[in-house]
Amino acid sequence: MTEQVIQLEKVNKWYDDFHVLKDIDLFVEKGQRIVICGPSGSGKSTMIRCINRLEAHQEGKIVVHGTELTNDLKNIDLIRKNVGMVFQQFNLFPHLSVLDNIALAPIWVKKMPKKEAEEIAMSYLEKVKIPEQAEKFPGQLSGGQQQRVAIARSLAMNPDIMLFDEPTSALDPEMIKEVLDVMIQLAEEGMTMLVVTHEMGFAKTVADQMIFMDEGRIVEQAKPDEFFNNPKSDRTKLFLSQILNH
Amino acid sequence: MQTNFLRKLIFDEKSRSLLIQTLVIGLFALLIYLIAQQTAYNLEKRGISSGFDFLHVAAGYDISIRLIPFTSEDTHLRAYFVGLLNTLMIAICGCFLATIIGFLVGVIRLSSNWLFRNIAYVYVEFTRNVPVLVQIILYYSILLHLPKIKQAIVLFDSFYLTNRGLFSPQPIFKDGFSIVAWSLVIAIVASFFVKRFLKSKQEASGKQYPIFLINSAIIIFTPIIFYYIMGMPLEFDSPVLKGFNFKGGMVIRPEFMGMLFGLSIYTAAFISETVRSGIISVSKGQREASQALGLKSNLIMRLIIIPQALRVIIPPLTSQYLNLTKNSSLGIAIGYADLVHGFGGISLNQTGRAIEIMLIVMLTYLTISLTISFFMNIYNKSVQFKGNA
Amino acid sequence: MSSTAIQNISHNKYYNWLIRNLFSSWVNTLLTIIALIFIYQVGSFCLNWAIFAADFRYNFQGELITDRGLCSKNIMPGEYGACWAIIYARWDQFMYGLYPIEEAWRVNLVYALLPLAIIGILFDKIPFRKYFIYFTFVYPFIAYFMLYGGPGLSVVGTNKWGGLLVTLFLGVTGIGLAFPLSILLALGRRSKMPIIKSLCVVFIEFIRGVPLITLLFTANVMLPLFLPDGVNPDNLLRALVAVTLFQSAYMAEAIRGGLQAIPRGQVEAAQSLGLSYWQTTRKIVLPQALKIAIPPIVNTCIGLFKDTSLVLIIGLFDLLGIGRAALADMTWTKLYYEVYVFISLVFFIFCFGMSRYSLYLEKKLKTDNS
Repeated sequence: MTEQVIQLEKVNKWYDDFHVLKDIDLFVEKGQRIVICGPSGSGKSTMIRCINRLEAHQEGKIVVHGTELTNDLKNIDLIRKNVGMVFQQFNLFPHLSVLDNIALAPIWVKKMPKKEAEEIAMSYLEKVKIPEQAEKFPGQLSGGQQQRVAIARSLAMNPDIMLFDEPTSALDPEMIKEVLDVMIQLAEEGMTMLVVTHEMGFAKTVADQMIFMDEGRIVEQAKPDEFFNNPKSDRTKLFLSQILNH
Repeated sequence: MQTNFLRKLIFDEKSRSLLIQTLVIGLFALLIYLIAQQTAYNLEKRGISSGFDFLHVAAGYDISIRLIPFTSEDTHLRAYFVGLLNTLMIAICGCFLATIIGFLVGVIRLSSNWLFRNIAYVYVEFTRNVPVLVQIILYYSILLHLPKIKQAIVLFDSFYLTNRGLFSPQPIFKDGFSIVAWSLVIAIVASFFVKRFLKSKQEASGKQYPIFLINSAIIIFTPIIFYYIMGMPLEFDSPVLKGFNFKGGMVIRPEFMGMLFGLSIYTAAFISETVRSGIISVSKGQREASQALGLKSNLIMRLIIIPQALRVIIPPLTSQYLNLTKNSSLGIAIGYADLVHGFGGISLNQTGRAIEIMLIVMLTYLTISLTISFFMNIYNKSVQFKGNA
Repeated sequence: MSSTAIQNISHNKYYNWLIRNLFSSWVNTLLTIIALIFIYQVGSFCLNWAIFAADFRYNFQGELITDRGLCSKNIMPGEYGACWAIIYARWDQFMYGLYPIEEAWRVNLVYALLPLAIIGILFDKIPFRKYFIYFTFVYPFIAYFMLYGGPGLSVVGTNKWGGLLVTLFLGVTGIGLAFPLSILLALGRRSKMPIIKSLCVVFIEFIRGVPLITLLFTANVMLPLFLPDGVNPDNLLRALVAVTLFQSAYMAEAIRGGLQAIPRGQVEAAQSLGLSYWQTTRKIVLPQALKIAIPPIVNTCIGLFKDTSLVLIIGLFDLLGIGRAALADMTWTKLYYEVYVFISLVFFIFCFGMSRYSLYLEKKLKTDNS
């Protein structure tokens, strides 16, 4: 039995009186790739943002790598060092070069010497296949390239877990593949990944667990085979029919 | 053939534009010529001579606020420089004070406390919607109604606030003070080298050094140490009440203070809005991405938010500085001896050379404006985000 | 303290708002207390001074105040607040200047019709908008006739105009005249013809680089020198010229911003349909550009309105000038707080109103376009 790296137990979250996460139970093992899908507003982004405390939960327990997520800033910092996040809007730092974007966190959070950080940054740039863009600025890159830089930026901190919040939703169709390829490669290397996405092709290739969320609840969780061919819940069936036919 | 040529003239784009431009230039030149003719005629009729020779004639009036010596026997040209220096002095002091207040209020407007945010908002809205001249005159009136000299308000034992101004001790620089001043300059230069040295060490090892603190200490303590080494070469001539006036010391006139408060408080309101919108303009995602990477709050501010915010803040900030400099011309309303009041006002009345004097005054302001805009453009170009973003 | 550490503990959004905005931490709570104390002290002092302990027309003994000596605060120092009697006493001057009182009804009529004249341009969803816009074009003539005089009405020279009349006259007329001029300047600045472009650039940058006071001086002193004999515009007109030129330069820049925001595709589409330059500009580019540029344009108008106060320096009696004159009168001297607070309030009402309108417009633009 592989170790559990993320545990969400009975997690509930409200925005004032709007109940956005309802009794979420989720257990992620090391090396698992979990794809989360569902209609917009279902709480999937909120859920993964709770894992690195970009959002705070009100009830329940979240444990990441043995550290419980509470108001304690030390715990939060520890967890964030080990969890990487890739955003839908990339969120690269426009005033820094690509290389500086990636090297920033290793220098200032891990207190690495600049040269070492830059070497690590270059190696990850090569990994996402755009080493020649190192001195360029985010504004000079295409969407697909920017997102790959964003992935390299998170990887440079050597996280054990990577969270992806709709990483390809803001990309033009011809650039989606280059980003998905990087993510597939990551998965093959054994990274623990939670991916919120609508890309079902990717899910079928890479996921070992599919999760369907609706109205704040995890409605269905199953292996991809079962999930796509034999969904149990009606809502899942409806969602799949909408998303797979277009 | 003639009609063809004419047609071509009107309908061909290039020749049409040439035609229009020639017409415009022609009309413009005609207008200038007519006005010049009329003006020359009018001037002659009124017996007003022209030319710039008046600049070397004695001014015949005193200027109470001045940074360089001036008496009524000095020339109008010198009066121009006194006025210019006064304008620059109030502009620099005003911009300095306005920036401090403006940034402070701007930050308060972003505070998480609703009450503080809105108190600042009330200040901003009230100040922005009332003419600066009204505010200047109001502050000046208040300052004019401070107690008379004999009942002065005493601050810190040596400052006297009266309706004739703030009387304060005047620093007298003895021999050896220049060494203290030089030590400060050397300390500042040294701090650049210290910063470079420590920064490269930091990059090489990853260890963080408190560069700002170290440099601040160097800049503050070096002159202090030299001051004591040189035997404290600084004396203060304190104002002493003799009869109906103070003797000794120096005085900051209510005209200056009225302008300073009026201009600073007014401009600060606009600066605070600029600062606030600059910081807001940095998208939320930047902060989230930084947090997700594990960066601490103060580093997020320093490395990510402020650099991006400054790019947005500085252009409108310099335009506010320009506004303040132009508004300093309102000194004439309360008798502050700026360029417009002395040279543009009194000199003009005395010599009658309205055109020449106004021309000089306007060109002066124009030069200041264009200079500041020029440097601002250079700054703007250098910090543009490279690329299309 | 990161915002993620603040939790919403309850489901009541009002309680949560209070916690988040006022009591989220010890520091915040302390600030709230300080702020409440500050508001109470300052607020009660101001209200007291301005209303509760203030004289309006009569003092505490019931006498009509005709002289500052009769103000309660001068009879019993330390116990009373503002003496607003000066405003009452000088009300006519504040509103009309030295306009003859029997004819003041004409000014009142002009004031009353002003909202009707501008409502057509400000709001586009009102009923009968077409008629209001017709009225907008007719109003200047009516107003001029009413204010100045002519057949049937006695002539009141502009040297008798003062106070709010002068302020509004300069502001409204300045904006109205500057608007078409600024459109021409903005278009000219973007022109491909170098002569026209340079002339516009030089004009705009010159005006924007000098203080308004120098332009007012220039107009005041130099305009008579430029014009032939017999043509002697009165002081108010000279100020109007300076103010109009000043405003046109700033407005032109605001409009230019709007023009720059129109994608080139619009012009290209119009040209491929065969529209001429002027047709394209009038029907396609300008309407869109002006819509976008209205918030900055309103900002320049607010600036202009405030700047009309500068005419006191050239001897015209706008609202501020009347205020100063009132204080010079021995009967009322030293009541400077009252006068300047009143003047500030009047300006505030107009300028704040304009800025609220600008915000309303910005919101409308966002929802229109998105």
